[in-house]
Amino acid sequence: MNVVVCVKQIPDPADPGALDPETKTLKRDTKLILDESDSYGVEMALQLVDAAGGGEVTLVSMAPNNEVGGLRTALAMGATKAILISDPVLAGSDALGTAKVLAAAIRRVEGAELILTATESSDGYTGTVPEQIAGLLDLPSITFAKHVEVVDGTVKVQRQTDAGYDEVECPTPAVVSVTAGVVEPRYPSFKGIMAAKSKPVDQLTVADLGIDASQVGWAGAGQEIVSIQEAPSREAGEIVEDDGEGFAKIVAYLENLKVI
Amino acid sequence: MALSKIWVYAEATEGKVSNTTLELLTKARDLAEVVECVYAGGDAEAVAADLGAHGATTVYTTGDLGGSLEGVPVAAAIASLVEGGNVPDAILFATSYGGRDVAGRLSAKLDRTVITNNVDLELDGDSLVCTEPVFGGTTDVKTRFTGPTPYLVLVRPKSFAAEPSGGGPAAVQTVPVPDTGVAGSARVLNRHVEERQGPSLDDADIVVSGGRGLGEPEKYAMIEELAKLLGGAPGASRAIVDAGWVPYAYQVGQTGKVVKPTVYIAAGISGATQHMVGMKGSKNIIAINKDPEAPIFSVSDLGIVGDVHKVLPALIDALRARA
Repeated sequence: MNVVVCVKQIPDPADPGALDPETKTLKRDTKLILDESDSYGVEMALQLVDAAGGGEVTLVSMAPNNEVGGLRTALAMGATKAILISDPVLAGSDALGTAKVLAAAIRRVEGAELILTATESSDGYTGTVPEQIAGLLDLPSITFAKHVEVVDGTVKVQRQTDAGYDEVECPTPAVVSVTAGVVEPRYPSFKGIMAAKSKPVDQLTVADLGIDASQVGWAGAGQEIVSIQEAPSREAGEIVEDDGEGFAKIVAYLENLKVI
Repeated sequence: MALSKIWVYAEATEGKVSNTTLELLTKARDLAEVVECVYAGGDAEAVAADLGAHGATTVYTTGDLGGSLEGVPVAAAIASLVEGGNVPDAILFATSYGGRDVAGRLSAKLDRTVITNNVDLELDGDSLVCTEPVFGGTTDVKTRFTGPTPYLVLVRPKSFAAEPSGGGPAAVQTVPVPDTGVAGSARVLNRHVEERQGPSLDDADIVVSGGRGLGEPEKYAMIEELAKLLGGAPGASRAIVDAGWVPYAYQVGQTGKVVKPTVYIAAGISGATQHMVGMKGSKNIIAINKDPEAPIFSVSDLGIVGDVHKVLPALIDALRARA
């Protein structure tokens, strides 16, 4: 079984950078890493391919400056190959523009039975890209999966809900978004890291995908940022060192609010 | 100047309209002359009263979806209305499982951008400006729609206060779902409800959340105990949800629930940006953490720099003694 995993390479969340007030895009002068949210999809794809007795895991990613740092991590985990779309015209792309690029790249992968994504990226967190990709490819989709199985051309999913979970299924090929934490992403082995260096990364531009540049980037976004402001901040209150009576401070605070 | 017409994607559980739907209706009344709803469910007549009482004049309903996941059929039904010339200026969706699915599908189908994670909406001439918090809520980005209508907007829960308009029941109008082919073939076979006691995270006046600082999964019992003693709901940081200590439904944060209780108690939570987005709006925040530099203290009204394994048991004992 062949599985595609959409992965995003993002600035390290421990050092998230900032919005550039001039260009109104995320400053990306730091090195990009694999979004942790995507490591679950990569792991799940590897497990599903194993369970199916073999197949390829193809990564699809859109990133500036031909960044491959995050892709190498996922290749070291065991993915077979990657498609990277990198193009200056993509700067400023909204979620739909991103989905158009990823969908066009996914069309180039032969025989993909399943397309996995995270439910949302850790940095942009729109959470709409999986459904937009499915819409553009006219495929069925199941979002917020916490468990995924593929049996005889049917994908069976446990889907998170407010109350618990639903058992949902649809025929493949299908798009499935995977919630964080549902599998334990493997650490790349030394052998995996070495092997990843020679795995193929197909580097494409927007023109290679046959997409008109007016559909993506700032031009295609259908929105413009009008301001970036510091949010009104909360004043920090009283901070005390616990001397064994810290709990009493909390009790007094709750009493004062008349909630106890 | 107002927009002419806004649609709100209405959601309900067992006949009860979601709070977020009522919040969106209230805001929509400020922004547009006419407010209407789109609703997927067999009980549109039953929810029409509540939707009408919050300002909707018409409810377009697909009827019961027969177990289909709602994204594809509802987006197809809305698209058929729009393509038939019934074009609202904007469609507002809650940031919920269903709301995100429908908005994403519709975005692809109509080739319209969707602006997500908004906490405020305002008019700018004929356009709409959305406010989205980024970087853990430290920065607000305002974005204006520049393309053709309908503008698609995903709004975070609890962004507005719901207020009734005093309107009568909304008129119910059935909208057929076009044939969606294989794309619309995802079916719900079974629903599993995880029992939890006490108020829900959405409704609780007091929320007690635990994080990695608890050290091990068994210690989460202290969070549940404290929440119970206070008549509140237990919550969690993403770190311990990802680690499998508690179900996803407990998660407070950017991914997860937005809560705005009267009191929020964060125990052993450092305050990653991911978490702060979901709880910063609480009226009173109490934090317990052994690291005096933990970001959570920058938003706390009362911060106890100490060991949760000492402070929580003492607090639980003190509250028990009062009961």
